[in-house]
Amino acid sequence: MSTIALTESHHGATVTREWSGPASKRIVTGYGFWIFILSDMIMFSAFFATYAVLLGQTAGGPTGHDLFDLRNVAIETAFLLASSFTCGMASIAADTRNTTSFQLAMVVTCAFGLGFLVLEGQEFASLVLRGAGPTRSAFLSAFFTLVGCHGLHVSAGILWLLTMMAQVFTKGFRPDIQRRILCFALFWHALDIIWIAVFTVVYLLGSAK
Amino acid sequence: MLGKLTWDAIPLEQPIPMIASGVVALTILAILGWVVIKGHLPYLWREWITSVDHKRIGVMYTLLAMVMLLRGFADAIMMRMQQSVAFHSQGFLPPEHYDQIFSAHGTIMIFFVAMPFMIGLMNFVVPLQLGVRDVAFPTLNSVGFWLTATGALLVNISLVIGEFARNGWLPYPPLSELAYSPGVGVDYYLWSLEISGAGTLVAGINLVTTVLKVRTKGMNYLRMPMFCWTTLATNLLIVAAFPILTATFAMLLLDRYLGFHFFTNEAGGNVMMFVNLIWAWGHPEVYILVLPAFGIFSEVISTFSGKPLFGYRSMVAATMAICILSFMVWLHHFFTMGAGADVNAIFGIATMIIAVPTGVKVFNWLFTMYGGRVRFQTPLLWSIGFMVTFIIGGMTGVLLAVPPADFVLHNSLFLVAHFHNVIIGGVLFGAFAGYTYWFPKAFGFKLHEGLGRAAFWCWLIGFYVAFMPLYVLGLLGMTRRMQHYDVPEWRPWLIVAACGATLIMCGIGLQIAQLVVSIRRREQLRDQTGDPWNGRSLEWATASPPPAFNFAVLPHVTDADAYWESKQRRFDEEPQYRDIEIPRNSATGFVCAFFATIMGFALIWHIWWMVAAGAIGAFATFVVFAWRDHDEDVIPTEEVARIVRRHWAQRHALLSREAAE
Repeated sequence: MSTIALTESHHGATVTREWSGPASKRIVTGYGFWIFILSDMIMFSAFFATYAVLLGQTAGGPTGHDLFDLRNVAIETAFLLASSFTCGMASIAADTRNTTSFQLAMVVTCAFGLGFLVLEGQEFASLVLRGAGPTRSAFLSAFFTLVGCHGLHVSAGILWLLTMMAQVFTKGFRPDIQRRILCFALFWHALDIIWIAVFTVVYLLGSAK
Repeated sequence: MLGKLTWDAIPLEQPIPMIASGVVALTILAILGWVVIKGHLPYLWREWITSVDHKRIGVMYTLLAMVMLLRGFADAIMMRMQQSVAFHSQGFLPPEHYDQIFSAHGTIMIFFVAMPFMIGLMNFVVPLQLGVRDVAFPTLNSVGFWLTATGALLVNISLVIGEFARNGWLPYPPLSELAYSPGVGVDYYLWSLEISGAGTLVAGINLVTTVLKVRTKGMNYLRMPMFCWTTLATNLLIVAAFPILTATFAMLLLDRYLGFHFFTNEAGGNVMMFVNLIWAWGHPEVYILVLPAFGIFSEVISTFSGKPLFGYRSMVAATMAICILSFMVWLHHFFTMGAGADVNAIFGIATMIIAVPTGVKVFNWLFTMYGGRVRFQTPLLWSIGFMVTFIIGGMTGVLLAVPPADFVLHNSLFLVAHFHNVIIGGVLFGAFAGYTYWFPKAFGFKLHEGLGRAAFWCWLIGFYVAFMPLYVLGLLGMTRRMQHYDVPEWRPWLIVAACGATLIMCGIGLQIAQLVVSIRRREQLRDQTGDPWNGRSLEWATASPPPAFNFAVLPHVTDADAYWESKQRRFDEEPQYRDIEIPRNSATGFVCAFFATIMGFALIWHIWWMVAAGAIGAFATFVVFAWRDHDEDVIPTEEVARIVRRHWAQRHALLSREAAE
């Protein structure tokens, strides 16, 4: 474990803190992955900023108000939030090294994730069929890219999820696999946070008016 | 089957690229043949290509940068020659070729020379300075390097197969959109930088985590060497800025490949949004390049003055201030956009404010030298040359930060002179100072001093002769990127600039000679102590070259200038050695980059089945890596003790011999 040792002098006035040496692998891995997530969020913020700039650039085509179906988005949101809960259950199962609960929780997480992707795919397909594809206007380019980038992250997450299930199945809860599960869970929860922003900025604000 | 790729892609009718690439291909084949025939391939594979040792990876980054410097410089001297003869004539480079050359020159010099040089030095030095055995993520480190190499390879493939971008080192739309650049040049640019950008992001995450979480006992933040601080700042900037580049290029790719409308003239696309986004990355990028150089100068000046760094805490504060301010000035790259006087004034003032922490640094370096026992060896010469040159470049930068002046000077050779002034005078001189300074640590022998000095003087004088005329030309109204011109007043200055480029070529030649001579005379130049410059930080506490584990026992740091402080005490008792676990070599980085190269090439030429194959291969590589059972090799205690004792025996023998003399 890495902590900063605190040594206080007798008078309690001066405090010298000494760094206690390299942190443990679990902390280093988790910390590094947090930094990756922050960088990923910056990438998303570039897409959010672009979306905000291009929001009104509909080129005479449909606006968000004409296109968005909030009922569908509500179900998508519910799926993702539920999947975050089951992903948390998988993390607890991994900590207690309970293989059955882990695999079960991961399967349910995967199902929610796939459900989300199916709904998103249906939404995209119906938009394209209605002539509101990404090439229609700058607004729709930005919409498809921002939401699609989140969808691609979810797809990559599902690939990662299946890989982790296979790894636990073949290798068990080795320390390095535990660290990977930690990173996967961070990734999955971070996608939820980004979805909340997508939900608010794109769908809620977009369908107003 | 092969997408857009046909035999027409090979520019058989253009002699310059064909001869150049022919020579390069023959050289590569000759080197490969020599390696295979001499039986060095297993050694290279085992000790370098699959190595996850931060020192080896650092050396490979630096080597990549040096090779690419030759390519980038070849472009530079062709441009200087062209402009010196293209008065009332077409010169020897047709416009479409000239445009590719200035685009490739900028792209290569920034992304494949300056970046890998700095990342290489940080990789090599920082774990040693922090007193630890490796970076936070050794295998990812290898992945990052090989992805950078992939990017460099793709840029060079464009010389033979197809073409490179013709729209400058940043692909401003709408020129870079499919309608105006239908060829593969922009795609080469975009995909090679997307891939190498991923590598850079990996390196950034790795080094931030290393500095923040992997330090030896007692290495508090305010005891870290200055180079570690600037490494932290630089890599925080990488983590915060490179995702913007990735996103921006992704949008341009979507425009080009799938008909989106981010930056097009039609359907509501916004061209200036690209310029804003690219500079939101691009301005931090210049500090990503120069901050490590500031760290190198801090180390070198302090060591060669025999004094601790003056104003260490103010230097830390200045570094972090630059780190934050660098995100607040991007608009000064396009004052002429028409954002209005108020916006321009705010960004102009913000830009001028950056000169304050930079000035703090310059005074700190000067006061470090003041009253010190200054040894004028090559690394210090580069540092002094830097201070003089960089101050001039900084002042022309402040001049350009005044919006009305910028309206007159923007897009002129004055601007070109300014950024070469700070990038050559700041980044490149810093890279060369660091290269000379840490070379003995990496290889166990010093570089030849006389040739190093000669190279320095050629570079310094060559720089002034090549770039001061460009300031004048800018004031005379010459815009950048001109393939030919018909203003007689410009010509003499362009001929002088070409002479300067020739002098710089002599400097590069001398550097190559220095490397060759030093390798041949390595026995005379051998560093037996591990501390050839009387250094102050922990990298000098171990042998040169350091053993795979860096330190047999992790040092316990009690003060800044950790090694200097410990040198004042005697080494009496031998510590208790233990088995050391070091991360096992892995081909993951190399194999993953191999598939990334295939994928990048296939994406450029629209060969979709090959894209899928490359993607599956890269994913499979990571799965294979994730399934391996042993991550670490163990170096047994006896071996550790043997290596350390041999080093100390050499060192004591040398020190007692010197004492006897």
